[in-house]
Amino acid sequence: MTRPLERAAEDAVLSAPAIAARPPHAVSVSLTYAWRALLKIKHMPEQLFDVVVTPIMFTVMFTYLFGGALAGSTDAYLQFLLPGILVQTIVFTSVYTGFTLNTDISKGVFDRFRSLPVWSPGPIAGAMLADVFRFTASGVIVFIVGTLMGYRPEGGFIAVIPALLLMNAFAFGFGWIFTALALSVRTPSTVMTLAWLVLMPLTFASNIYVDPATMPGWLQAVVAVNPVSLLVTAIREIMAGAPDLQSIALALLAPGVIAAIFGPVTMWLYRKER
Amino acid sequence: MADHAIETRALSRRFGEKRAVDGIDLEVRRGEIFGVLGPNGAGKTTLVRMLATLLRPTGGGALVLGHDIEREACEVRRKISLTGQFASVDEDLTGYENLLLLSRLSGLKGGDAKARAVGLLSAFDLADSAGKQAKDYSGGMRRKLDIASSLIRRPELLFLDEPTTGLDPRSRNQVWDIVRGLAASGTTILLTTQYLEEADQLAGEIAVVDHGRIIARGTSAELKAKVGGGVLQISLASAERREAASQLLAGMLSGEVRAGGNGVSLSVDVADPDAGLAALSALSAAGIALSGYSLSQPSLDEVFFALTGRPPEPETAPDSAPKPEAAE
Repeated sequence: MTRPLERAAEDAVLSAPAIAARPPHAVSVSLTYAWRALLKIKHMPEQLFDVVVTPIMFTVMFTYLFGGALAGSTDAYLQFLLPGILVQTIVFTSVYTGFTLNTDISKGVFDRFRSLPVWSPGPIAGAMLADVFRFTASGVIVFIVGTLMGYRPEGGFIAVIPALLLMNAFAFGFGWIFTALALSVRTPSTVMTLAWLVLMPLTFASNIYVDPATMPGWLQAVVAVNPVSLLVTAIREIMAGAPDLQSIALALLAPGVIAAIFGPVTMWLYRKER
Repeated sequence: MADHAIETRALSRRFGEKRAVDGIDLEVRRGEIFGVLGPNGAGKTTLVRMLATLLRPTGGGALVLGHDIEREACEVRRKISLTGQFASVDEDLTGYENLLLLSRLSGLKGGDAKARAVGLLSAFDLADSAGKQAKDYSGGMRRKLDIASSLIRRPELLFLDEPTTGLDPRSRNQVWDIVRGLAASGTTILLTTQYLEEADQLAGEIAVVDHGRIIARGTSAELKAKVGGGVLQISLASAERREAASQLLAGMLSGEVRAGGNGVSLSVDVADPDAGLAALSALSAAGIALSGYSLSQPSLDEVFFALTGRPPEPETAPDSAPKPEAAE
């Protein structure tokens, strides 16, 4: 006697559509994986929360604790600080690409993905596409908090859109460092630890919090070439209603170089078997 | 050759010094269920991962469905499906989303993809849990979802890596039913397992693997003939009669009589159930009272004992120094 599940399994196979003559295109594969990453945010919105809570804390803390001393008044300091905090948010968020990738890749489901006859870097490309959403969402949340605290962009609220576009482009390039890192270390917490070692000096030795004019000369030199400073400068100009093409080009230089180096490294690490 | 689903030649894989797979020659005919039986760490998963193109061999080679696993990996991937040892489902997604994702990755569009996902969920009794995240599924449900994920398209060859390890008996029986159904549809299946009973129930041909090598192969009946039909285990009502019982069993049966640690139990290999039954009657006739008895199929341990003269080595034996993490 054929049992129900036995029959169902047989039917399931026999009713399966034939193998496609042509596997789906790389673009549609990447979009499908991006949809998967968005579903994960939908099921676990708290991962978005993690990403924005630090910048909100920093904005509130720096504005009210140091704002008066640094810029004469908290309002004046917030005008200076917020574009920088937006950048910090995006940069911190880009770590999560690596963090989630490392968590993800150790799961059995990646074996299945890698055994599919589709464009193999799809899961990584998809995760980075979904991060555009993550970057934008966290940027918007921080901007709203800033606005509630009294921040007013001189370029008008519309300036937020080009600012977010530029920051997304920056983060998309910058994030390759962390995807490469995620594929070379064993645990997600190592990704976080190493990432903070890079991000702390990168964000503090920049023009996010203070005008570098009072820093010692050697540090000013560091701040001047820090890619984060270059981006903050470009974003401040955009928010002030005076975008500068040269600043924007300088801001995109570092992420461009990073993507050119770490993009192939990431792909090589990903294709390398585990 | 085209009439073989899998053909390997001296297939090997080393991880540093460890030879996980050490020169395996194997032919699997199309349409059969082939069982790879072995203990933890025998190299079963490494073998499957190489055949599924996830891992490159360090020696030898293999043809899967007529395609070289290294040079024609893409062709191989188009024709196979893999259900990995650790349920290869996305735990954060719901059952429906898992199947929809894989349907889309298989090139099904919009409504077709949705219909396939819904169809598979209902075929495998998962429709009620379609909207639950896979991490909230029981082990059996997760396995069913896992197998369903392998069946979006009709695979010519399906790898099932330890499909029932860790499942309760009911779920195990369900998975067995599913595997039989898949075989009836003509799909070739390579199944790895730690359980002789599972290989016996499902597989037409079995290869026993230990330390990355095939140490025996044949049909279930052939292996059992080598190993012995089963094991007669008895528990005596009192420990005093153990010596007498042991001598009686040794006189009647060819197998070695092994004493259990508790002082009242004995076990002995028997060639067939009739021999076991005759021995039980003889004990009864000699007035040796039993508190219990069983005639079981040989366990994997016993298969190994019969084939190699030693029990299978657990991955980390309690009396040996801790080994580095298994390469698998």
